[in-house]
Amino acid sequence: MKRYLPLIPVVLFAVFAAAMYFGLKNDPRALPSVVVNKPMPEFSLAPVLPGQPGLAKADLVGRVSLVNVFGSWCGVCVEEHPTLLDLSARKAVAIYGVDWKDTPAEGAAWLNQRGNPFTRVGSDQAGRLALDLGVSGAPETFVVDKHGQVRFKQVGAITPDVWRDTLGPLVAKLEGEP
Amino acid sequence: MTAEIGRFALMLALMISAAQAILPMLGAHRRDARLMVFADSAAVAQFAFIALAFACLVRSFLASDFSLEVVAANSHTAKPFIYKFSGTWGNHEGSMMLWVLILSLFGATVGVFGRAIPLTLRARVLSIQGLTGLGFLAFIIATSDPFARLFPAPPQGAGLNPLLQDPGLASHPPFLYLGYVGFSTAFSFAIAALIEGRSDALWVRYARPWILAAWTCLTIGITLGSLWAYCVLGWGGWWFWDPVENASLMPWLFGTALVHCALIAERRQTLVKWTALLGILTFSMSLIGTFVVRSGVLTSVHAFAVDPGRGSFILALIVGFTGGGLILFGLRSHRLGEGAPFALLSREGSLVFNNFMLITLLATVFLGTFYPLAIDLLTHDKISVGPAYYNVTFMPLAALLMLGMVAGPLLKWREDSGREVLRRITPAAAAGGAVFIVVLAFNLGKGPWPAAGLGLAAWLIAGSLQIVTRRTRFRQVPLEQSLRMALAMPKSTYGVVAAHLGLGVLMAGVIGASTWKQEATFAMAPGEAKAFAGRQVRLLTVEPGRGPNFEIERAVLEFSRDGRPETVLSPERRFYPERQSTTTKAAIRTGALGNLYAALGDQGDDGRFTVRLYDHPLAPWIWFGGALMAIGGVLAFSGEWSLLAIRRRAPRVAPVTNAPAAASQGAAP
Repeated sequence: MKRYLPLIPVVLFAVFAAAMYFGLKNDPRALPSVVVNKPMPEFSLAPVLPGQPGLAKADLVGRVSLVNVFGSWCGVCVEEHPTLLDLSARKAVAIYGVDWKDTPAEGAAWLNQRGNPFTRVGSDQAGRLALDLGVSGAPETFVVDKHGQVRFKQVGAITPDVWRDTLGPLVAKLEGEP
Repeated sequence: MTAEIGRFALMLALMISAAQAILPMLGAHRRDARLMVFADSAAVAQFAFIALAFACLVRSFLASDFSLEVVAANSHTAKPFIYKFSGTWGNHEGSMMLWVLILSLFGATVGVFGRAIPLTLRARVLSIQGLTGLGFLAFIIATSDPFARLFPAPPQGAGLNPLLQDPGLASHPPFLYLGYVGFSTAFSFAIAALIEGRSDALWVRYARPWILAAWTCLTIGITLGSLWAYCVLGWGGWWFWDPVENASLMPWLFGTALVHCALIAERRQTLVKWTALLGILTFSMSLIGTFVVRSGVLTSVHAFAVDPGRGSFILALIVGFTGGGLILFGLRSHRLGEGAPFALLSREGSLVFNNFMLITLLATVFLGTFYPLAIDLLTHDKISVGPAYYNVTFMPLAALLMLGMVAGPLLKWREDSGREVLRRITPAAAAGGAVFIVVLAFNLGKGPWPAAGLGLAAWLIAGSLQIVTRRTRFRQVPLEQSLRMALAMPKSTYGVVAAHLGLGVLMAGVIGASTWKQEATFAMAPGEAKAFAGRQVRLLTVEPGRGPNFEIERAVLEFSRDGRPETVLSPERRFYPERQSTTTKAAIRTGALGNLYAALGDQGDDGRFTVRLYDHPLAPWIWFGGALMAIGGVLAFSGEWSLLAIRRRAPRVAPVTNAPAAASQGAAP
């Protein structure tokens, strides 16, 4: 028996490591969302880019879309941006932008500088829509189906991996729904 | 160009670390001295190239080179110089660079100053150190390239999180990292000893200076971190039991156990196996601490890199190093010596008690930190574990440990007599009891627990001072002779005194500030006065101002006591336009007996300002105690270091042997 005593730490650590592995898969940031599988709340946002339309709920109906909550003050959004530009250049999905807690001028400057992946952009300077959506930080992205139902919430940046493994397949599946 | 030099240097460091991991281990196995001494130069070269890469990154930050992704995402031209500099490690990529820089620094110090360490042991230690470097350099290059370019380069950066723009950020992460990563040496020595399979405790003696250095830095880092939270977060709190804080506390608890257990292993050649296990676990805990909070397994306000891709890589590293180390321990630990027997009531016994209590404390923190994860995995419920849990688990156990702490250093090695010990601890017990009774008599309905806490602090402070009076035979021999003995006393003994004393002072601060604190939140218009903690406080004005990259709202609060002006505090709110966010800068008046703390909040719709006030009796003692503990670490370290230096000058006899040295067992030096 005594010979096996020194192996106890390894066994305990193996249990811990397994828990950590599932913890990684589990993603604790997937906070229970208040809006998933519910209709998108009614909203109508003022434009961000001068001379272009704003964003309203009616714009989302009829096709599968991503609604991306961003802000010119948000560092991770800068990281996420190239992926969004790429998706929009490939016309992979319609992406709508919600410029959150930001002045339209700064949001527009940010988009002009980095490129605009959005079909339409609305300004949510007061954060009302973000509140209804239960946004806890930027970037967050909502996958909305053809009927205006929110089907998924992505917390944090969309990376090429996230698109390939999660959002891309989901969008393809939703496109196939009636 | 700078970035390309940096990346190239990083690649070279990776290759050197690979060579450093393989060749010296091979050399030690084959008894080939040329391969073994290669470890020394490889360790220095690895450090030099990582330092070059780090310098390149720093330069990119200072020059605001926004063509680098990490600079663009975390810096801004309008940022003051010091925060451009400290911003280098205020992000995931840069902090990883700092991590490997410190790792290679510790390796290089073993290569340069460790000449007294027998060649085979040194080669194996440096080989393990190189292997660790290899793992983390590969991690940086594969998943967190700090030199990734952005095209087209933006004209302006996104700015550093304003919370991190504080002198605290410039200093506390480097110290934390020096601590965390410093424990890599404990790991390397333990693994090398297991591979070597010698039964003596020589390796512990050589490892001790590095272990003490790491422990001291971690102590400084935690103390500064808590001070930073107190001054910047604006809630008057100094410890939140946040996963990130726990992540620094857990290696500290293990490290403290290791420092003490290495003491017995070195002096008495006993508990050598346990020391090796602690060496492995302390570093594992540092790895888990630094990385778990970043991998997305646990969420926290502090975690600044949440990316599952990086998380899996890091998990693989943790599993590789910890799992590998523990398997090696399971297979080889029987080769390490058993050591001399000792009585329960002895210095050794007290150190076993110390280790037992520290590990139990660690277990409570570990459970509190990971329990929410376990619950989430099993039931998908999101819960969080708060101070209430720690108050009923951690605090009583810590009190028990402190109860034993006084007796430990006053005990004799091997065995001691109970009656003698009781006589020795009487003065400390008297001091503690007196404080308990006095506080109980005066503490106005706060119950016996705070009084017991302060009594415990007094017991600890008196008991620590008793180490000096006992060793110098104070009042048993003439004063002059005592003084001479005090001067001749080894630095490491003073280290014990300062560290134990520091914990007592810290304890007094924590009890004082949490028991007798007064807090109030007022909505005040300029000119309005309120009563707070026996004072009158008047908001004189709230005036705007400008900092280098922020706008300021500064309140002027005048405190007076019985009509006499006492002090003026000017808390600030700072608004950082480039991040559209606001931070608070609390104003604190510090005295020996307490802090008066003021923070400015929002302006309400009626034009009145929210003002938060705290009166924290004894609060400065918290950080003063932490500082004393760190000083204790420095003293103990310098004691050990000078021993190492003496051995370095001594003629070198390299005991190159693989046979279990039975002769050294039980032979106390």
